[in-house]
Amino acid sequence: MSVEARAYGSRALAILRDTPAMRDSVTAGALTLDSARRVGYASVDIESWRRWAEQVKNHVLTHLDRYLLQAEDRLRANGASVHWADTPADAAGIVSDLARRHGVRTVVKGKSMLSEEVGVNASLEAMGIDVYETDLGEYIIQLLGEMPSHIIAPAIHRGLDDVRALFHERLDTPRDAAPEVLAAAARRVLRGAFLAADMGITGVNFLVAETGTLALVENEGNIRLTTTMPRVHVALVGIEKLLPRFDDLATFLQLISRAATGQAIGTFVSLIQGPRTAVDVDGPDEVHVVLVDGGRSALLADPEAWEALRCLRCGACLNACPVFRQTGGHAYGWAYSGPIGAILAPALLGMEEGGALPFASTLCGACVEACPVRIPIPRLLHSWRDRLADARLTSRGERIGMKGYARVMTNPRLYRLASLLLRRLPGPVRGGRVTPVLKHWTAWRGALEPSTRPFHELWRDGIT
Amino acid sequence: MLRVSLFATCLGDQFFAESVADCVRLLRSLDVDVSFPAGQTCCGQPAWNAGYREEALAMARHTVRVFEGSAPVVLPSGSCAAMLRVFYPQLAEREQDGFTQLAQRTFELSEFLVKVLGVTTLGDGLRGMRVAYHHGCHALRELGVEKEPTALLAAAGAEVVPWIADRECCGFGGTFAVKHPSVSAAMADRKLDTLPSPDCLTSADGGCLLQLAGRSRLRGMSVTVRPLASLLWQARQASLSRPGA
Repeated sequence: MSVEARAYGSRALAILRDTPAMRDSVTAGALTLDSARRVGYASVDIESWRRWAEQVKNHVLTHLDRYLLQAEDRLRANGASVHWADTPADAAGIVSDLARRHGVRTVVKGKSMLSEEVGVNASLEAMGIDVYETDLGEYIIQLLGEMPSHIIAPAIHRGLDDVRALFHERLDTPRDAAPEVLAAAARRVLRGAFLAADMGITGVNFLVAETGTLALVENEGNIRLTTTMPRVHVALVGIEKLLPRFDDLATFLQLISRAATGQAIGTFVSLIQGPRTAVDVDGPDEVHVVLVDGGRSALLADPEAWEALRCLRCGACLNACPVFRQTGGHAYGWAYSGPIGAILAPALLGMEEGGALPFASTLCGACVEACPVRIPIPRLLHSWRDRLADARLTSRGERIGMKGYARVMTNPRLYRLASLLLRRLPGPVRGGRVTPVLKHWTAWRGALEPSTRPFHELWRDGIT
Repeated sequence: MLRVSLFATCLGDQFFAESVADCVRLLRSLDVDVSFPAGQTCCGQPAWNAGYREEALAMARHTVRVFEGSAPVVLPSGSCAAMLRVFYPQLAEREQDGFTQLAQRTFELSEFLVKVLGVTTLGDGLRGMRVAYHHGCHALRELGVEKEPTALLAAAGAEVVPWIADRECCGFGGTFAVKHPSVSAAMADRKLDTLPSPDCLTSADGGCLLQLAGRSRLRGMSVTVRPLASLLWQARQASLSRPGA
């Protein structure tokens, strides 16, 4: 996967300037999901659910070593193979090796953000393997050659007309095809792919340590087919995806559905207990579980930022985020966007590559009530900002500016002098044509207009 | 007579001077003795939010010194009040006492009126006015100031108009406004595009108002933007000047 998280500012600017319809699609889609989430939360005692889920995830994360080994044990006992991948590249290598060993020519995939993080498609395609994304939204963006722009709604930035034009060109549907016609056209292609596929690749929503159960939630049925039809199923699992007990699924499956789409539960829930056994009528001959670290254990050891690992990847914080809603996920330049992407980026990509994203927020806090596992996102964003400034990864101009600002504001005489100067600035300066920081303000909001006299002068002369 | 220290805040001092004066007039009309500690400057929030802890700490120490004492500190700004009340205690490591002591006696204007003074109505000077209220994020989510401003506006006869985006961030966000001005402006535009043509748009936060006023002016929209303190003074003033009131 190509990562361009550094370029957040210029990508966001380009999206807003060149593709205004994208903003409309993202805003409409995210607001719809956000209101659905509110409705989904309102009909249960959501505060108890969220607090409980937070505690369970905290427990599993603080004993992750033990639970991972337990999960490995149970998976093997169930007949699945377990692979450990230290880096995303290792994970891609493991999947490629499996494909080679099984003579795989066609792969079908269920939507998985971890597979984006790992870059599975590119490495398989480089081997000459046909890879089909089978989630409809993900299939659309695969045809477009784009990255997903949302954790659960990958094509949220595209409207119906975009899909009509795309499918007309690629699948020969009429220019004005109804959504049902478009879906049917995709289904025809994907049905062929399911029948031909030798390997199915998915992520998982949860891995239960107690029973080695892989749990997947979806609405289209494509994951059910991906995990049952091909002879090999490969599940990519981030090591933070564990739950301790099978019983925990009962609430977590409902919680993630309500958070993501407001549904009481997803239309399809698949609980996978290993490869096909003698009594099963379908299912793969082999199940391979790839446990991916990719910087997660280092994040777990980080006393300030580890709570990001509770994330269920439901996308609720993206929908709640007014910054995300202006651009969609492409501005963020890697798999995870929005508030959660901004607190994972510096941890998983490193502070230099991911350091721009913690600043892609106004710290408005709208994500806090949306998160099903109560991740204190604004506090984590702030913690990363502290560290980025300390590591001098912010601009030199900003560092000097902040020093000067603090100097003025800790000296009332300097402050009053600055106040006088502000009112004597020549028009072009106040209009932002001279100083670069001011220009970033004035170009978008017009010239600064201070009060004729500052309040401290009004006070000195007496308020009547 | 209750004494309070007024923190005008740097934005209030420089950009909303008349509105801060209205805040003084309003408090005096409610028999509050207002003092204005002379050394006050800026609470330091832009540095804190941008990750410059050392600079923010210097400004916080300065502010704690300026507002020493026991009088409540009243700010016509939700965001700066949140800085003093919520973020100063997080910022301080060794000086907990002064920081938390200040935090505990810090109030945004409308919450001071309602929660400390027990005001339910200021007067009826806003009768017939259609007002859109923008909930600044820090006032709403950090201070929990939600009903106080709109209750006072409504009690003064204003119609607080339903606005689908009234709780959405305006895009100001301190340095965010100049770091990512295109996104910031798009956020303000979303607010303005959903605004149901009120007589005026108000908020307890100067930064948000600068952002929304600047953006609406640049786009040629005719939106009257007025700080909450001025509207609340107007609510009160009409009743005071009426004979027999």
